[in-house]
Parts: sequence; structure tokens; C-alpha cells
Amino acid sequence: MTTKLIRIRPGVGAWMAANSSGNAGAVIGRGFKVIRNQNWMIIVSGFFEPVFYLLSMGIGLGALIGTVTGPGGHQISYAAYIAPALLATSAMNGAIYDSTWNVFFKLRFAKLYEGMLATSLGPLDVAAGEIFMALFRGFLYAVGFTVVIASMGLTTSWWALAMIPVALLIALGFAAIGMALTSYFTTFQQMDWINIALLPMFMFSATLFPIEAFPEVMQWFIMTLPLWHGVELMRQLSVGHWDASTAVHLTYFVAMSVLGVAFATRRLRTLFLR
Amino acid sequence: MSVIEATQLTKVYSDLRAVDAVSFRVATGESFGLLGPNGAGKSTTMRMIGGTSLRTSGTLLVNGLDPETHGPEVRASLGVVPQTDNLDTELNARDNLIMYGRYFGLPYSYLRPKAEELLQFAQLSEKATEKVDNLSGGMKRRLTIARALVNEPSVLLLDEPTTGLDPQARHILWDRLFRLKEQGVTLIVTTHFMDEAEQLCDRLLVMDHGQIVAEGSPAALIQQYSTREVLELRFGSDRNVALVERLRGYADSIEALPDRLLLYTADGEAVLARVRADGLDPVTSLVRRASLEDVFLRLTGRSLID
Repeated sequence: MTTKLIRIRPGVGAWMAANSSGNAGAVIGRGFKVIRNQNWMIIVSGFFEPVFYLLSMGIGLGALIGTVTGPGGHQISYAAYIAPALLATSAMNGAIYDSTWNVFFKLRFAKLYEGMLATSLGPLDVAAGEIFMALFRGFLYAVGFTVVIASMGLTTSWWALAMIPVALLIALGFAAIGMALTSYFTTFQQMDWINIALLPMFMFSATLFPIEAFPEVMQWFIMTLPLWHGVELMRQLSVGHWDASTAVHLTYFVAMSVLGVAFATRRLRTLFLR
Repeated sequence: MSVIEATQLTKVYSDLRAVDAVSFRVATGESFGLLGPNGAGKSTTMRMIGGTSLRTSGTLLVNGLDPETHGPEVRASLGVVPQTDNLDTELNARDNLIMYGRYFGLPYSYLRPKAEELLQFAQLSEKATEKVDNLSGGMKRRLTIARALVNEPSVLLLDEPTTGLDPQARHILWDRLFRLKEQGVTLIVTTHFMDEAEQLCDRLLVMDHGQIVAEGSPAALIQQYSTREVLELRFGSDRNVALVERLRGYADSIEALPDRLLLYTADGEAVLARVRADGLDPVTSLVRRASLEDVFLRLTGRSLID
């Protein structure tokens, strides 16, 4: 009974001894080696997705719409209105893909983590290394997309540079929660639920039109969803305008990241050790 | 000193007692085998030793440490060869060895020459820059074993090391494993091949349905649970079972398999002569030495390979 208690409530030091050798760097080293070898195409294709959305919706649809009311009541072009929202969405999609489908595949089919976990690496090292690689990929996308929209004149403030670290914060929140959720899944069919949740969130989170288009009850519901906070935050940064809501959005993602990492950490042994 | 001490080791999945109160010890430098059919609990036991599967109850010490609470430290001195190859398909053969060493926190200055040494050991030096997917089954298996040696482990866990290999590849592998044994590496092998168990293991645990059914050296197990010789008779699938009663008095015991009858006796030729003299004319007959296969059959009533 005593040993059982010790196993359930270990101290931080004991937990680290069970789950980490402090060598997430080796997992990251492996990630970079693989990128150098072959994976540039995957990275490049991920960069183009939001660019295509921006060109078709922003330029195409934007010609019909003209200007819309942006943060602080300024009139901005429709392309400038959706560009930051697309960056937030792309950060979310990339992080979710890497932390769910990618993790699931490497766990169940490529058996990559099985090999890693037969070494000194613990589940924490593997998770931290993989989340780092997901964020690195998100960083490349964010830099690329920010350069694109800035060169198209869709940002009006140097604060737009802050969109890059904020994209990483959004990605961290989603990646941590995604990895924790993956620990509950055993089949590809269950993984599809993630897409079923993400697509409507993209459509309705004030990405392509203002939230005021919805009845008030629905607005309140959307405001509980993470992507809406990401979209609004990015939009404010792109024009360098803030108010009290900026702090709320930031706090939302800091909290989501902290809770997400805690959640993923709790599920770590269930995910990797069966 | 014991490398492994397992006491009442148990693993229960939602609907299955995969390992059921198993206790055993493995001494330093010993070659220890877990023999049993698929689903006997061998692989689960191996994963618990490596700390990658969490036990339901019981205690387990590997080099004096609990792999569940000190996984990274325990695995630093283990080499794990899993049942199915899990090489990194996104890296070439050499980088598979180097990266795996990095996971142990070993420096490149050690790993670069070590990788060449291991490629040579696995007879894969010419394939160093080849993608893993382009290697044959035997080459992948040898690379997996070479990879498990990168940290110079004191204990090597081999889960079905030669399943799926052709006879030549198996013998190359056995030779390599035998050299490691000579160097003092403790080998823990699971297998459902009796010849492999006889070749590699000093001591065996025979497992079935998650439980230990017998323990001892291959020779001792055969002596204890079988006769010296076995007479195999085939009368055709219709007549085999029908003749069991009639042959009962000829041997110490009889096992009826779907395709043949096994008569356990000290002198196979003599029994065969008496069977023939009795007017029974088997389609084919064979006298052979008893093996671990017979031990398993006697203990469980089933053959090792279904």
C-alpha cells in the first residue's frame, strides 16, 4: 500500500527521474537531421496554405467587399482584415496536426517513439522535443506569412512583428492540448473528431467576418473558443491597436498553454507507456 | 548478483491477464530465455523490464532499480531489440546508430567510430548510407541489434530476435549473439523457437497464458518433462486419433496432433519395430531426440507454433 501511494504522489524530483533524462535536445537534433535530409517539401507546402487563402479570399472576395471596420474602428481592406486571422488559424492547424496526427502515426505505425523510449529518453523528453519541433515549424510559417502580408501592405504597424511570438504562443496552447487528447485515442476514426471540431471553429471564430453577424448567445459561445481570442489578438497586433480586451486574449492563451502543458504532462505516461 | 528480480509481476489489460504473478531472477552474465507461444506474456514482460509498459502489481528490479520510477537510468544499461523492427525510416543506416546513441546522451566523438564498428559487426558497412527501407529483412534485424549495442549495454533484451528470418540469417545472428554472451553480456531472449532457445539459453522459463509452467536448463527440462526419444507416426489424418487407444501400451505416453502421433519412449526404434510387428503400418515414421517442443506439448497439451 505504501509503495502504491509513493507511485501515485511522487515529488517533482522523483517524477523527473521516472520520466526524463533531461535530453530532449537529442529528439530535437533528430528532428533537424530529418528536416535537413528530406522534409523541406512538407514545410514549404504548409507555408502556402494560408497564402492561398489570403489570395483567393482577400484579393478575390475582397474586391467585392471593399473595406471593413477593423480594430479601433479603422477602415481597413478585407485582405488586411482576414490576414491576421489566417495567421492565427495556420498556427492552430500546424500545431494540432503535429501534436495529434503526427504523434499518433509515429506512436502507432512508425513506432518511432517505441525506439526512443527504449533508450535513456523518458516520455517527457520525447514530448518536449516533439513540441519544440512543432513550434519551430510554426515559427517558420509565421515568419514567412508575416513577411508576405507585410510586403503586401496589409500591416500598418511595427507591432505586427509581435504576431510571430504570439503565433508560437497560440501553437503551444493547441499543441499541448492536442497531445493530451491524443492519449485518449486508439483509432484513426477517433482522430477525425479533431477535424470535425477544428473546421467549424475556423469558419465561425470571426476569421472571415465580424462576430457581430451572429445572435448574441452565439457570440458568447464563440468567445469561449480559443481561436476567436487568437484571431482578435492577431488583428489588434497587425494594426497596433489595443484596449482591455488585448490583455484578456493574451491571458487566455497563457492560461491555455499552462493548463495544456499540465494536462499533457498528466497524460504523458498514458500516451507513451502502455 | 541478480540483474533482474521479478516478484509476483502482473500486467492486466482491460480484458486480459497478460502476465499473471510471475516471479523469476536472472543472474549477471546469464543467458535467460522466455519460451512460449504467441500471447503467452513474453513481450509484455520484456516491456515491463524496459519500463515502457507499466505493471499492474508486483515488484520488479533491474540492476537494483525499479524501471517504472527510474526508467531513464535503468534503460541506460539496457539494449532493447523489439519484436518488430522500429528503425527510424527517415534516417539512413549509419544515422540510425548515431541518433540512437544521442538518445542515450552519448557524444558524437564516441558515436562516429562506434557506428562504424557496429556496422561492421552487423556486416552492413557497405550499406551505411542506405535508407532503412532499402535493406532486406535480415539486414534490418542485424541493424536493430547493432543499434541496441550502441550504449554498450550490460543486459540485452531480445524479443523474438530471429522471427521471419531465413535459416542463414538466423545462424549469422546466433553467432553474433553468442559472441556477446562470451563477452559477459546478459542476454534475455523471448522465442517460440525451441532450437533458438536450445542454442542461446542457459536457463529457460516456459510461459503459457501469462504464467510460468516450468523453469530450468533446456537439457533439464527435456529430461524432466519428456522421454529421451520420440517416435513420430503418421497414419493419415482419419486414422491418427482412432489408433491412440490401440497404441497406448507401446510408449510411456502419447500425444495426438492433427497430422501425427507422438510416442514418448526411451527407445524409439524398438517401439517402431513392435508397432510394425503388430501389423500397424504407418505411412511415415521418424525417431528423434526429444526437444523443448515436446516439453511444451507435455506441459500444455498444445504445440508452440499454432
